Amino acid sequence: MSAPAIGAGELLPPQEEKKNYLNVEHTVRSWLLTGDHKRIAILYLFSVSLFFMIGGIFASLIRLELISPSGVLLESETYNKIFSAHGIVMIFLFLVPSIPAVFGNFFLPIMIGARDLAFPRMNLMSWYVYWLGGLLISSGLILGGVDTGWTFYTPYSSLYSNTQVSLVIIGIFFAGFSSIMTGLNFIVTIHKMRAPGMTWFRLPLFVWSMYATSVVMLLGTPVIAITLLLVFAERTLHLGVFSPELGGDPVLFQHMFWFYSHPAVYIMILPSFGVISELMANFCRKRVFGYHFVAFSSLAIAGLGFLVWGHHMFVSSQSMYQGVVFSLVSFLVAVPSAVKVFNWTATMYKGTIRLQTPMIYALGFIGLFTVGGLTGLFLACLGTDVHLTATYFVVAHFHYVMVGGSMMGFLGALHYWWPKMTGRMFNDTFGKFNAMLVFIGFNLTFFPQFILGFMGMPRRYHYYYIAPEFMPYHIMSSAGASALAVGLIAPAFYLISSLRHGHKAGANPWGAHGLEWETSSPPIPTNFEETPIVTDEVYDFSAMDEYEHRHGSDEMAPAGGHN
Amino acid sequence: MNYPVSPPPASNFASEVDLVFYGLVILTVVFTALVGVFVLAFAIRYRQGTKVDRSRPVHEHLPLEITWSVIPLILGLVMFFLGAKAFVHMRRPPANATEIFVIGKQWMWHIEHSNGVRENNMLHVPIGVPVKLTMISQDVLHAMYIPAFRVQYHVVPGRYTMLWFTATKTGEYHMFCNMYCGVQHSEMVGTVVAMEPQDYAAWLANGGNEVKPMTMEQRGAKSFAVRGCANCHTGSDTERAPTLYGISGKTRHMQDGSNVVADESYIRESIVNPYNRLSAGYTQTMPVYANQMSEDEILDLIAYIKGLGGPKPAVAGGPQTGQVAGKMAPPVVNADGAIGARENPPHKSLAVGALNRPNLEGNKE
Repeated sequence: MSAPAIGAGELLPPQEEKKNYLNVEHTVRSWLLTGDHKRIAILYLFSVSLFFMIGGIFASLIRLELISPSGVLLESETYNKIFSAHGIVMIFLFLVPSIPAVFGNFFLPIMIGARDLAFPRMNLMSWYVYWLGGLLISSGLILGGVDTGWTFYTPYSSLYSNTQVSLVIIGIFFAGFSSIMTGLNFIVTIHKMRAPGMTWFRLPLFVWSMYATSVVMLLGTPVIAITLLLVFAERTLHLGVFSPELGGDPVLFQHMFWFYSHPAVYIMILPSFGVISELMANFCRKRVFGYHFVAFSSLAIAGLGFLVWGHHMFVSSQSMYQGVVFSLVSFLVAVPSAVKVFNWTATMYKGTIRLQTPMIYALGFIGLFTVGGLTGLFLACLGTDVHLTATYFVVAHFHYVMVGGSMMGFLGALHYWWPKMTGRMFNDTFGKFNAMLVFIGFNLTFFPQFILGFMGMPRRYHYYYIAPEFMPYHIMSSAGASALAVGLIAPAFYLISSLRHGHKAGANPWGAHGLEWETSSPPIPTNFEETPIVTDEVYDFSAMDEYEHRHGSDEMAPAGGHN
Repeated sequence: MNYPVSPPPASNFASEVDLVFYGLVILTVVFTALVGVFVLAFAIRYRQGTKVDRSRPVHEHLPLEITWSVIPLILGLVMFFLGAKAFVHMRRPPANATEIFVIGKQWMWHIEHSNGVRENNMLHVPIGVPVKLTMISQDVLHAMYIPAFRVQYHVVPGRYTMLWFTATKTGEYHMFCNMYCGVQHSEMVGTVVAMEPQDYAAWLANGGNEVKPMTMEQRGAKSFAVRGCANCHTGSDTERAPTLYGISGKTRHMQDGSNVVADESYIRESIVNPYNRLSAGYTQTMPVYANQMSEDEILDLIAYIKGLGGPKPAVAGGPQTGQVAGKMAPPVVNADGAIGARENPPHKSLAVGALNRPNLEGNKE
């Protein structure tokens, strides 16, 4: 191996009896007071998985209820609380922290050759603050729930709803601080703690995307915190900010809310972009095509993402001219996203493609994100958005981006880095089959919702007996959701069973390139025996193959080259 | 196959919006297919183990990057322009537009026509004439959405908002509240009735009453909607109530084990005193209408229910889906019902909400 001046094999002691980060200490205290970024990542993995499961149960109830135009088991009040809880839990407690707090936490320091994040204690604190937010939100849901939707539009949320809005928005306020801390930590770490020789353009693209994500977290999250605090003040103190009856302006809330919540979409999708870049490079055994374009497109998306919030408000009574400008900028932000997709596709050209589980997720991601991104144009486009906004078309679009994009990225990352995190290989056949099940189930669930939306089915509707022509599509969607549910539950079983029955993973079971594959699996507490010195370029598989060729390896020799 | 995949095009904006929509559909299909074909082709051709030329791989290619940035940019700008043009058109009502006023409140639409005629959850409009809705909310945010007309705009407390359209085809179309507004948001729905201008003028002149005499069945359908029967008696059996499709003349099983043929007398008894002979499997959910309904209303209802006869049309989109929508109308009130409702709370409570739900709307008065 060629990345550090000393070869990777030499970094590891011959007999792997070293303590790793998992077995170095066993007490509960050693986990709850750890400063090790890897252990905090595992704490986060359990936490976000738990909330994902809760959010998933809510989703199942929604799909079950919509099978019939007049409902099957819930009252309207309960239904409204359930779709609100689904959105709040999935967005604030799963999607926003998922990839950064789990895989960013675990791998960002290792990928740049650092021993830990810049502020380990702040990292641990972010997990506790996340749980403070999570517990406040959960107690709000248990003590009666909220029925405002995850968007908390005023004046309904501030003066009209008689539910636990105050508790839940304070919970989101805290959850927001946890992402601010994570973002700050990442930015400082990337700037200050890169190993010798790890220049900016030798950074893996996952690190670039984490950097872009962190900037958005740092700049956007305070705005949602302030906005929700104002809603809280209006609810409890009747401070007139958003309600016309108190002299406020309800549309102001939407501006402030979307100023964060649109960039928040990028907080959720940019990390996935990074994961997919890693997967495409490593499973094509080829440097990502147009590395610089892919890296800078993340920054372009992060930057432009702050200038498009008004496209959520074309029919909100904002000025017509505002609408035109926001629409134009929204079309511009589509370009860097398209560039990424084309570059990933081009990476496969002349690659040596290994169709293993993580790669199947990556290919699925490309398909779903392409559809998700292109259907975004329908909503950026003024004329069509008027008809489609707030319908099931929007629901389908953002699930294609959030589930088809972020969720596929999360699962791809989980499978890719699982052997590194746990030291065990999972069953690749199960994994591949499951990835395809998720892909198919996902499409069955959400594709019919595009048609529903075009036909005019409003989102957040409990009953649709006025329009029973919507019913067949709801039934298709619910049927697909059951397949998707199986696909999302199954990894919990085969991944956990791999801990006991899986083969031991070597340091580099995928033959991947990057510093994280040059330390043991699972990594030792300090990540590396000594700070690595980076001498080769990013995704330089030819150098890696040469090294293996010279030193012998059970990996196959570089393919192709002569005809 | 009678599963509609698009809303009916019934206004001047429909063709303009649909043109942009289908343009974007083509763009989506072409690009997705392009990416899909390349991904699959590469995945097969360059999978590990194939003997193909992998020499001189390309890692950066500026002309290619510029090409695939600029082409989507240009296509995007074209779509932006078409969309913006349609939007500017939608936001500029013609000066001669007929004005109708809309008040949104939890959870109903209240409409006022300029000559004073008022209606709830119904919007009568003439075709071929631009109509401008001036809208305001009495409480929280709502949104007026008429899919068949491709128009939508928020209804905001404290400020007037506007939307306009020219209906092009007579018929009845859905009207939805499309901004989440609370518990009964999904019941803040109604029907837009697009009429010939002379019919509209006659309808207005007649104080919002239907001008043409209605058949018993039609009157029954209206009564079925106003009384909220459709909240429980839907297109298929639910746990709350049996469907009434095809019930007329059928043999019904009773809770006490006996069998009864559902003739006129039985249907009448089931309305005025439903618990005399309760169908097997149902609880005492239905209100008792003894002394609540005139005999002629009951006769109208029976005519309507008998008209539902025949094989049960699948609500799941069988051949009669559209008709089901019309017949099994939601709790919509027509003009005279609405006006009555203003001064007559008991009637209103039947009209706006499901029978077994609290009438929250009354609290706001």
